[in-house]
Amino acid sequence: MIVAEHLTKRFGPVTAIDDVSFEVRRGEIVGFLGPNGAGKTTTMRILAGVFPPTSGRAIVAGYDVVADPLRARRMVGYFPERISLYLDMTVREYLQYAADMKDVPPAQQKTAIAEAARACGIEDVSHRLIGTLSKGYRQRVGIAQAILGAPRVLILDEPTAGLDPEQVSEIRSLIRQLRGDRTVILSTHVLPEVEATCERVIIINRGRILAVDTLQGLNERLRPRGQVHMEVEGPERDVVARLSEIPGVVQIDRCGASDHAVTMVVSTSGEEDLRPSLAEAVVQAGWRLREMRAVTLSLEDIFLTLVAKGGSSHPA
Amino acid sequence: MSKALTICGRELRAYFTSFIACALIAVFLILSGYFFYSDLIFFVLMGGFVLPSGLWQYVFLDLRMVTLLIIPLVTMRLFAEEKKLGTIELLWTYPVRDGEIIAGKFLASWLFFLTMVVPTAIGPAIFYRWHLFDLGPLAAAYLGLLLLGTAFVACGMFVSSLTENQVVSAMVTYGILVFFWFMTWNEEVADERIIRALLHLSLFDRFYNFARGVIDTKDVVFFLTFTAFFLSLTFLSLGSRKWRGIR
Repeated sequence: MIVAEHLTKRFGPVTAIDDVSFEVRRGEIVGFLGPNGAGKTTTMRILAGVFPPTSGRAIVAGYDVVADPLRARRMVGYFPERISLYLDMTVREYLQYAADMKDVPPAQQKTAIAEAARACGIEDVSHRLIGTLSKGYRQRVGIAQAILGAPRVLILDEPTAGLDPEQVSEIRSLIRQLRGDRTVILSTHVLPEVEATCERVIIINRGRILAVDTLQGLNERLRPRGQVHMEVEGPERDVVARLSEIPGVVQIDRCGASDHAVTMVVSTSGEEDLRPSLAEAVVQAGWRLREMRAVTLSLEDIFLTLVAKGGSSHPA
Repeated sequence: MSKALTICGRELRAYFTSFIACALIAVFLILSGYFFYSDLIFFVLMGGFVLPSGLWQYVFLDLRMVTLLIIPLVTMRLFAEEKKLGTIELLWTYPVRDGEIIAGKFLASWLFFLTMVVPTAIGPAIFYRWHLFDLGPLAAAYLGLLLLGTAFVACGMFVSSLTENQVVSAMVTYGILVFFWFMTWNEEVADERIIRALLHLSLFDRFYNFARGVIDTKDVVFFLTFTAFFLSLTFLSLGSRKWRGIR
């Protein structure tokens, strides 16, 4: 549904994005993740048709954004990073204007506007001037404008930036509702947002793509080796000594000990899951196992690992 | 082209819901009314005989001044405001051609100008009730004024597309228009042939014929060319985002 092929954009001497390629399949929600200034907005502006790439090709819903700009833009709903709306219009007038501009057929405009307003929860302010609305409401009007007319592709540039936590979760659930129906590409520098809404993630830093994968895939790929977090009731020294004897255990890092219990991270080698052996050893020794789970990397860890790697292999 | 009308409608409501529009129209009408009144008194007191050269010429040369004063303030916001607010980014992601955006905004400013000009006919209309006169020269003068205003609007819109600061937009438009006025005033500064060539480019010299009730096709073509020139420049200016990017 969205294809970016070797996109490069230079502004004079500054290279904003460099050889960016990825694909988003129909019905997917993809997170576009990177620190501020990584090139997210530039990439999204190219996809939305604000300006063409210096080189490379971008195809949205089958239309090349440069060769066939009007058809491509007709397929896209865009929410810009710094959303700004005409403050001198009411919400209803603004959505009517957007419907006209987006080629929503006149016969369907009324229902389309009502639907978008309902989905974004702005029906109760539809007669108010946009200039009198709070930031959260303006943001929702911006999203209503993007989803208006059910475009096949949604490009949302930091849709939850600057909102309070309740509004953030409302917008996220709105985006999740679009799953399967529309193709969404969503940029953010807030990691939990991607975990909450996206199936796949594109990680970009300094204008280059570092990884395109599912969260699970990234986790498997980047986890250095098996690590198990354990909390055991028993004498600390004996517990550590006993577990170290199990074949495959490489290292035990104690995280803390308190009232006859020890918390630790057990590192294991190889692909074999040692959790059953660890549990058995604890129980056989007569201790009690309070907690045991495989350590997975948080998105934050993944991100930092990738950025660190990317930074060293592609010095800017 | 329906998108151009949508944009035009939005621009017009932006004009007419703001206090600035009232202020501009009021100033335009007060000044033009005053000039009509004083030119008429002058005509009567001096025992004027020929209307086109005795009255209309002075009325329309004065209207020309007022138009010069007001139009840069009308056009200054067209693109500058959208750039400043950032609303232009969304506009560029809608399926609309740059040409349609330009047409819509140009038409809105032009209609705003027309709204200011139409009430200035009230004075001559009342005058006509008391004293029947030949309407031809007056119509020619109005045609000239509209052409002049059209050219000003195109120039102002181009300048507005260059900046996001409305004051800069208005000032630069004044600069360009005043330059086109004064450039033939001092024949000492340049070779006579250059002055003669420049005379062909002077907006205000072109207007004299209309003010006296004479329509010359060359003058009409000149104003339309001037307008087309600045519309094309606006087109290029909007296209510059393709290599310059936007903020």
